[in-house]
Amino acid sequence: MGRIKEKFRELREKNKAALICYVTAGDPDIDLTEQIIDHLEASGVDMVEIGIPFSDPMADGPVIQAASERALANSTSLSDVLPLVKRIRSRSDIPVILFGYYNPFFSYGTERFARDAREAGADGVLVVDLPPEEAGELSVHVEQEGLDRIFLLAPTSTEERIEMVSQNASGFIYVVSVTGVTGARPDMDYDLEDLVERIKRRSELPVGVGFGVSSARQAAAIASFSDAVIVGSALVRIIESGGEERQEMLGRISSFTEELSAACYR
Amino acid sequence: MGKTNRRYSYPDTGGHFGDFGGRYVSETLMPALIELQRAYEEAAADETFHEEIDYYLKQYAGRPTPLYYARAMTESLGGAKIYLKREDLAHTGAHKINNTIGQGVLCGRMGKDRIIAETGAGQHGVATATVAALLNKECVIYMGEEDTKRQELNVFRMKLLGAEVRPVVSGTKTLKDAMNEAMRDWVTNVRNTFYIIGSVAGPHPYPMMVRDFQSVIGHEAMEQILAAEGKLPDTLVACVGGGSNAMGLFFPFIEESGVRKIGVEAAGHSLESGLHSATITAGSVGVLHGSKTYLLQDEDGQVQGAHSVAAGLDYPGVGPEHSYFQDAGEVDYVSVTDEEALSAFSYLSEVEGIIPALETAHAVAHVRKIAPSMSPEQIIVICLSGRGDKDIHTASSLI
Repeated sequence: MGRIKEKFRELREKNKAALICYVTAGDPDIDLTEQIIDHLEASGVDMVEIGIPFSDPMADGPVIQAASERALANSTSLSDVLPLVKRIRSRSDIPVILFGYYNPFFSYGTERFARDAREAGADGVLVVDLPPEEAGELSVHVEQEGLDRIFLLAPTSTEERIEMVSQNASGFIYVVSVTGVTGARPDMDYDLEDLVERIKRRSELPVGVGFGVSSARQAAAIASFSDAVIVGSALVRIIESGGEERQEMLGRISSFTEELSAACYR
Repeated sequence: MGKTNRRYSYPDTGGHFGDFGGRYVSETLMPALIELQRAYEEAAADETFHEEIDYYLKQYAGRPTPLYYARAMTESLGGAKIYLKREDLAHTGAHKINNTIGQGVLCGRMGKDRIIAETGAGQHGVATATVAALLNKECVIYMGEEDTKRQELNVFRMKLLGAEVRPVVSGTKTLKDAMNEAMRDWVTNVRNTFYIIGSVAGPHPYPMMVRDFQSVIGHEAMEQILAAEGKLPDTLVACVGGGSNAMGLFFPFIEESGVRKIGVEAAGHSLESGLHSATITAGSVGVLHGSKTYLLQDEDGQVQGAHSVAAGLDYPGVGPEHSYFQDAGEVDYVSVTDEEALSAFSYLSEVEGIIPALETAHAVAHVRKIAPSMSPEQIIVICLSGRGDKDIHTASSLI
């Protein structure tokens, strides 16, 4: 059984929604990314999404755009991220999802990427600008290597598209909570529960909700009807504000994620 | 010139031109692209849609534009007979209006009340703001902060036309970042907003739709050259940034294999310097702004900044159908440096009394290289895509 599936099984027994946290690799440098991931795991985060920086992050709001720019300023690339995954895997079983835009994966070579990602110990791949219609070439290799293929669904997705994603996805389905880019929002007014239910009618896979989640209150609300709560920009903002005060920043990350993790218990 | 029997049918239903094109966008936009594709297909099958567009093209934009026999240029180069397709004489001074009228009318049919667009040099922004004013739509134009400084006059024009111009400060602060920002706006406001993309780039159906709207250039040119010369031209030449004016001229001739098509990219300082916009000539295949196409990128797949003295060619991607034409050998792509373009800018102004846009000057520069070795029986048609008034400031500091 894959680590993602196993983790969801384990959490179901604890009656907890998975807390999945996103960090951009190399923001502000790859060593700190590694330390941040250790802190995340120690403070109750169940899976991590590692973002591969890209020059043109079209689906991201200002916070993650800036993180991407900081990571690119020190030339972080997919070739740095795979060894990072390997180092994490040497001491931890936390499921790792590689998250990014297609061009860096395409440029690396889809077959080579899938093989190297599996060898490094990654568990799933989510490419934001790769809907099922275009995913064929990457999916074939990713599936061959036994990695999960995670796809997005949005409030604008029709029943037809929910069906298509259900047929192509594995691991879990990632629901974008808002029609918009990534970024923390104080309120999420869309009827997400209904969307999650519509997806669950068509798929047996766990369903996670992300984009805009920034507080324990929101996390608890989402945990009540979904299988995973995904937090990105709110965490990246803490990293951004860290500056030279790294220990203090790591402390704030821990207390923030401990609070989120507690909120994920139903 | 014998007609061939080849049938060209791209794109496929998913928007692919062979290996290129497609829809590489996040799920949030997929339903919007599918809705747009359906609306466009429905409109394209409706005679009243074409009548409305034709009305505006004729009565508002001043079409058909002339196909002018450039006698002085022909004599000065001493070879092929040269004709200029005068898109510079269309309303707003460039071919961009052909596309914005088409998409604007489609926007009206779809009942969206807000129009957004990206712009580099500001020509597409001005053409979009113009159509938004004409059709009484709210209008927001995204423009890289760098470009707002370089093209102050066009910023003022857009504001005068009632549009809001939002400077984009992310990334390289130029056209590619303006396009990212427009996409982000569209994702967020997709229910009431129509995004008018300015070139044959972006996700399906844009490359197809913009090609169709710009094809008026080639259709007119074909009719006009047959009337003037009783035969098709030997060679078509147009500049290529995203590639919409080139596509507009070439596409109606695509099944005429006897007509050579040449796309001229911007070699900037030089191809070797790395400071250029020669995406097809010197780039590699990748995915940007929703489609698979030739790109300027580094070895990690990060998109690199482009450079050209012509802001309208300053784009690190190119329309995916051009990438297909390159690999299929349908079109020859060459490049011309900043210096050659500036020289052609002065040349056409002096010889013909026509000040071309710096983008257009790239096409003129290439014709100066090839026309002398062609025979007087041969015909070249240049797409004179835009007028050069906007470039006077840039050119005066460089010439």
